[in-house]
Amino acid sequence: MADQALAIELKGISKAFGPVQANKDINIAVPKGTIHGIIGENGAGKSTLMSILYGFYKADAGQIFVKGQLTAIPDSQSAIRAGIGMVFQHFKLVQNFTVLENVVLGAEDGPMLNASLAKARKELERLARDYELDVDPDALIEDLSVGHQQRVEILKALYRQAEILILDEPTGVLTPDEADHLFRILRGLRDQGKTVILITHKLREIMEATDNVSVMRRGTMVATVKTAESSPEQLAELMVGRKVLLEVEKGPAKPGEVVLAVEDLRVRDEHKVERLKGVGFEIRAGEILGIAGVAGNGQSELLAALGGMMRATGKITLKGADLPLSGKGSDGQSRRAAGIAHVPEDRHQYGLILDFSAWENVAFGYFNNAQYQKNALFMDNDALRDDTRKKMEKFDVRPPDCWLPAKSFSGGNQQKIVVAREMEQNPALLLIGQPTRGVDIGAIEFIHKQIIALRDAGAAILLVSVELDEIMSLSDRIAVMFDGKIMGFRDPETTNERELGLLMAGVTGKGKAA
Amino acid sequence: MDRLPRWADVALVPLVSLLMAAILSAIVILAIGQDPWEAITVMVQGSLMSAYGWGYTLYYATSFIFTGLAVTVAFHAGLFNIGGEGQAQLGGLGVAFACLFIPWPHWTLALMGAACGAALFGAAWAAIPAYLQAKRGSHIVITTIMFNYIAASFLIFMLVDVLRPQGKMDPTTATFPEATRLPSFNEIPGINLIFDKGVPANVTFFIALIMAVVVWALLWRTRLGYQIRAFGKSEPAARYAGINPTRIIMVAMLISGGLAGMMAINNVMGEAERLLGNSASGAGFIGIAVALMGRNHPIGVVLAALLFGFLFQGGAELGLWTKIPIELRTVVQGLVILFTGALDMMVRMLLTRIFTLFRSNRMEAA
Repeated sequence: MADQALAIELKGISKAFGPVQANKDINIAVPKGTIHGIIGENGAGKSTLMSILYGFYKADAGQIFVKGQLTAIPDSQSAIRAGIGMVFQHFKLVQNFTVLENVVLGAEDGPMLNASLAKARKELERLARDYELDVDPDALIEDLSVGHQQRVEILKALYRQAEILILDEPTGVLTPDEADHLFRILRGLRDQGKTVILITHKLREIMEATDNVSVMRRGTMVATVKTAESSPEQLAELMVGRKVLLEVEKGPAKPGEVVLAVEDLRVRDEHKVERLKGVGFEIRAGEILGIAGVAGNGQSELLAALGGMMRATGKITLKGADLPLSGKGSDGQSRRAAGIAHVPEDRHQYGLILDFSAWENVAFGYFNNAQYQKNALFMDNDALRDDTRKKMEKFDVRPPDCWLPAKSFSGGNQQKIVVAREMEQNPALLLIGQPTRGVDIGAIEFIHKQIIALRDAGAAILLVSVELDEIMSLSDRIAVMFDGKIMGFRDPETTNERELGLLMAGVTGKGKAA
Repeated sequence: MDRLPRWADVALVPLVSLLMAAILSAIVILAIGQDPWEAITVMVQGSLMSAYGWGYTLYYATSFIFTGLAVTVAFHAGLFNIGGEGQAQLGGLGVAFACLFIPWPHWTLALMGAACGAALFGAAWAAIPAYLQAKRGSHIVITTIMFNYIAASFLIFMLVDVLRPQGKMDPTTATFPEATRLPSFNEIPGINLIFDKGVPANVTFFIALIMAVVVWALLWRTRLGYQIRAFGKSEPAARYAGINPTRIIMVAMLISGGLAGMMAINNVMGEAERLLGNSASGAGFIGIAVALMGRNHPIGVVLAALLFGFLFQGGAELGLWTKIPIELRTVVQGLVILFTGALDMMVRMLLTRIFTLFRSNRMEAA
């Protein structure tokens, strides 16, 4: 790679947060005109490294070279001046501004807007032509799909003359089709001489889109390889530091009687907008029903309604008994009493109290359990701590310290605490949303095994995930959701990503959007 | 982020805050042409160096423990109860009713009855803002502040038009019957060996300490306390766990209001022995500072209440023995509240930086 001009070179970058060494002596060279992947588990230090490059953090040691020049990047303004643009995982767009206004925001030429807007309009037309980046400049952001909003973020960076574009986990919110389109755009940018840095934890995307890939593990850069000369298995091993099973081992399902029957389930959000528009399905004992879909198509509301967090109308039957959908008996406590355990999609917002210790979190939702009571008045915290220690050991939570607050555990170990709490109740039905979001590969493997084990023990499982791989490998049946409705059921053995992707985008077999 | 060691977090931060408040107070005293050393001597002499002084310090501290605990309980439910003042005034009304209209045979029974009356009235006064918050989403900070004013007006109305004995000019109730008199420290066998002069501190002090233990057990040992704390940390998570928000808001505020109301057994029953217009005299607001400084833990609340008791009594002594006006007491309290409450983060960040520096130096040395 020495013969190529380098867009970015980092030398000896180190960054510590207190006792945690987030980046240790990182060296990386990104040749101009390439797509460079950075892959690593959660907490490997990818985001820290990119934040240093974009001026959010100051490195403790090390040098940054941009286009061969030693460059100081104390803030994001300097990063932009150096030609570095960043597309964040969570978009930073003003919802009630137009595309044009968002692009110009912060890059106005003077106090009066019209000249800037006219200039930007021309520039957007050019960018749309050159890079397949077409978005209606006068559309409001709130009316755009997630994929289009992402394009606006890319346009913002390009409008600021970014030569080097960093994308942080860009496909988490996209359908497979939209992701493909994004990669086409990125290749177009590369072919025009721009440099792209793609941060992701998805091996498939690395293989598909990048020229070179750097692997990070625990704050260090373990390897940089040419993508074409590597394999997903090799990269996974580099990421984790040991061999990992990418495929989930599971035997055939032995479905028993119907545990959960849902009919015409409807949910309205606080703005009275219908988010679930008449959903119906059944799950049998010993069966995993996977719900595929792009985030925001009603999956969250489905979990919330079943878990007793949102009012609904329709009919839910659990083991033959109707469950109330609003009013008394429709809350999370009643659902737990009925035998429904719930691993929520967002463990930080719902699943855990981050300031509570691990043992307090193990009682979360189950504080009424008889085993945790000393007498009518007091809780038996000793019994609770013993129980927590057992669960931590069984689910290999590290460190196994039940006094540690939940926020001090890594994402994977936090998730293990939640999963342990819910699964160890021996539920008739387990609701599990995004079981491995923000979880490292080692923990993913473990959690997947536990889900299969619970299925084989005879529980019915409703799995919601935006990771299509996860749905495909765990589910015994797949339902695809789009716009609050189920577009169809598929057998994971016979379907493929393309077919599911079309359903996720609302395209049914008849070839028309529903 | 770097963290402070626990001892520094719990002890050093408040101490440094206090020191800074003291330094600034000294500068203020210098600026008005007085001697700060004389001021601190008088304050300590008058509040801590004699049994008599302690009799006042502990009396004030008793009130602050109740109102501090009230703020603490609400705080753990994520609610900022600014209405301690009004709830304490209504508590006074409850005490007055209990003492005036029920013929108690002995002060112990009267104490229990009056405590119930005080808690009931205080809780009832907190129940309305709580209901408005839980059901209507009216912000509890706003409503409890407004209810302080309503309570003050309501109390005046009750005193002037309802409870004032005929022929009296003062807007106060009649003096409570002799059977409801609570023993002061100078009347309690054993303690009276120390307190030889009449002091306002009375048995209510021990009730306050018991309530501190009760609040601790409630918050950290019971299911209800668990739910209150969980709800206070995260309302969405509480909904996930099936914790009923309405119930928690109501219960936490009823307990909070009840505690604030119970303060009245100290000042109304224990000291004044009749209900006066401005009976709570700001203790409800001091409770907010006490809870902030006590880090919303009963032990911290008791310690902070003692500090504020010292400031109150010492400040009064200043007005008595020096040319420093008694209003300076308010300035000193204000500075303490400012530093321990509002500027807590400033001190914390400063100390964190010092600790980090110290640590990295030590690491380099090793």
